Amino acid sequence: MESTLDSVNKAEEMADQMAAQAGIDEDTRSGVAMAVREGMINAILHGNAYDPTKRVNLSFEQNGRELIVTISDEGHGFIPDEIPDPLAPENLLKTSGRGIFLMRAFMDEVRFRKLEPGTEITLIKRLPEH
Amino acid sequence: MSMKASTRQVDGVTIVDLSGRITLGEGSVVLRDTIKDLLSKGQKKILLNLGDVSYIDSSGIGELVSAFTSVRNQGGELKLLHLTKKVHDLLQITKLYTVFDVKDDEAGAIAAFSH
Repeated sequence: MESTLDSVNKAEEMADQMAAQAGIDEDTRSGVAMAVREGMINAILHGNAYDPTKRVNLSFEQNGRELIVTISDEGHGFIPDEIPDPLAPENLLKTSGRGIFLMRAFMDEVRFRKLEPGTEITLIKRLPEH
Repeated sequence: MSMKASTRQVDGVTIVDLSGRITLGEGSVVLRDTIKDLLSKGQKKILLNLGDVSYIDSSGIGELVSAFTSVRNQGGELKLLHLTKKVHDLLQITKLYTVFDVKDDEAGAIAAFSH
């Protein structure tokens, strides 16, 4: 996908549809869609810096037990552990830095993998048992 | 749904009625420009009515925080009104619910500003 806001919006819609197909309830689905939105924003804004020559890859996988969303960018990469805690008192009034926190809040697992170049984020949501 | 903002004055308080999504891009910019415009006109008692705000992302949260600190830095007050469940829950988990003064009725919110 292109590194544009339009891609962020499309990815969010796709996530909502995929989560619905996977049987996830509406409340949980909105959290999944938000997590994907935040992952895309990180990839496009922070990773690729809206560079039109850099792409974002987005994929969805559903295996009956989990919905797995993978987002990768072609940016410089980052170290997740170095991102300040947005809940720390000294960071509460910062205007950015909540994306990863929100991904972790709404997904069951968030994994990061360094690419050459870029970063790959994997968001995993366990599916309801039927 | 794009963001819309309209303002009205009640008892010296500027109420900003917002509707739509406060998200990265247009939504965040509308909020930012509205606050900047109000502050430039000396309107420093601002009540953001979020009753019709269906969605906010991390950028939107950032803009709310930015609005709060901008108004406060100019000696003003900014309060929030009518949070939807989604926005309420987001402000709770980001520990911002207690930072903002959140109200659920307009008359009470207006009375709460320093007069």
